[in-house]
Amino acid sequence: MADFLTTGPGIALIIVAQCLAVIAFVMISLLFLVYGDRKIWAAVQMRRGPNVVGIFGLLQTVADALKYVVKEIVIPAGADKTVFMLAPLIAFVLAMISWAVIPFSDTWVLADLNVAILYIFAIGSLEVYGVIMGGWASNSKYPFLGSLRSAAQMISYEVSIGLIIIGVVLSTGSLNFGDIVRAQDGDYGFFSWYWLPHLPMVFLFFISALAETNRPPFDLPEAESELVAGYQVEYSSTPFLLFMAGEYIAIFLMCALISLLFFGGWLSPIPILPDGPLWMVAKMSFFFFMFAMVKAIVPRYRYDQLMRLGWKVFLPFSLAWVVIVAFFAQYGAFGGAYARWAVGG
Amino acid sequence: MGFADFAFYLFAITVVTSGLFVVVSRNPVHSVLWLILAFLSSAGLFVLLGAEFVAMLLIIVYVGAVAVLFLFVVMMLDVDFAELRGELAKFVPLAGLIGVILLMELALVFGVWETAENATALRDAVTPAMSETQNTAALGELIYTKYIYLFQAAGLILLVAMIGAIVLTLRHRPDIKRQNILSQIYRDPAEQMELKDIKPGQGL
Repeated sequence: MADFLTTGPGIALIIVAQCLAVIAFVMISLLFLVYGDRKIWAAVQMRRGPNVVGIFGLLQTVADALKYVVKEIVIPAGADKTVFMLAPLIAFVLAMISWAVIPFSDTWVLADLNVAILYIFAIGSLEVYGVIMGGWASNSKYPFLGSLRSAAQMISYEVSIGLIIIGVVLSTGSLNFGDIVRAQDGDYGFFSWYWLPHLPMVFLFFISALAETNRPPFDLPEAESELVAGYQVEYSSTPFLLFMAGEYIAIFLMCALISLLFFGGWLSPIPILPDGPLWMVAKMSFFFFMFAMVKAIVPRYRYDQLMRLGWKVFLPFSLAWVVIVAFFAQYGAFGGAYARWAVGG
Repeated sequence: MGFADFAFYLFAITVVTSGLFVVVSRNPVHSVLWLILAFLSSAGLFVLLGAEFVAMLLIIVYVGAVAVLFLFVVMMLDVDFAELRGELAKFVPLAGLIGVILLMELALVFGVWETAENATALRDAVTPAMSETQNTAALGELIYTKYIYLFQAAGLILLVAMIGAIVLTLRHRPDIKRQNILSQIYRDPAEQMELKDIKPGQGL
């Protein structure tokens, strides 16, 4: 057996098993994230939320998913059938394959790319296509308007997300997630992480992540009072499920990114406790909780306000921050907190 | 045939096929989608060459930004493409002629193509050993040390183009209402509303 695992097919088998493990993790967490999202939302509004299917309603999402799958797929007349069916697939698959480079512990990573951040960024920039194609192929007004809004919004906030990430990359000197997390390892635990030196950018990244994933308060693509449900209007059954799952996976990925870039990934906040993947999961869950809280308590932005925020506030601010970080890193300001190149490549 | 060969042929065939479909597909939106597939597959080819940084940049810049703009423009256009296709037959001889001329020119160029003897040595001299440095670091070192002026000049050219486009399209129209965000933010609630006691039957 051990011999077989070092041969070509054996290695392929191991890789497939690892992929399945990551997919299983993401899908199972997806089930409970949707449930958690609804429960948190309900709690803020003093409702009970899902509470019928399974104990505490834990299986509500499973029931919903089953219901979506068994419904009829309606393809609108005049729709471009191929593109119409391709769009949800793209949205889901792209959200899924980003997880290939996310490390859960020092050694638990599917693909240890040295351009991992660029990979995430490239896949993120592709995600616009699911939305645009879905909106266009529906051959209907509201989906089209919704998809245009969504595309413009995602492109705008990608710019500031990119610049914020450049700040972190400058501090580390590597594009690899493992190196970025290892650079945050220090004697002070929680206080050695990047959130402290890069503090303003943590907030900017969080808000940009909300906008990038079309979450409230920036869920203008599906602003139901104006556009019914944006680019998803014509979708039913499994294609709709794929869109929704893709959206939640993208949100969870953003939680993982915040944990990795600013909050030390799998590192433990208290120096005496051991590091491990559980910390990573705990941090991701915490940021998902924050996402859900924002959805529950913040009113929706207006579209022009959103664009103004992206281009006139976030972009100059994050650009200035890149310059500042470059100076701090070059001249070793604050005891080298901005220049941790010893770990990186 | 190893895995790398298989991947190469897969990507290469995809690039050529999707390039073909960009030209022949009837719907321009489909053309752009095929173009995106072509970009993606060529990014795969770059990965096979060991140039993963360039591959990622190709996806981010071309697929993530340029092709989105293409798609926007093409989707917004209200052109009857069936009609355009109908007139296509008229231009086939001219297009064929241009194609043949280009092909002949390329053949001429390749026929007399000569590489200087020291070209390889010159290239190798500036490239850091790929076994020691990573792709990204090697590119960064080259661009920001040896080719810094060329790099900055390219950046300036892009800046000039951008400013030119802005100058050409920026119109300030005084006749429309504009929002002044600052004045909206700095509105004082206490001054905006006034409470008045109104006597019955008098009005304000």
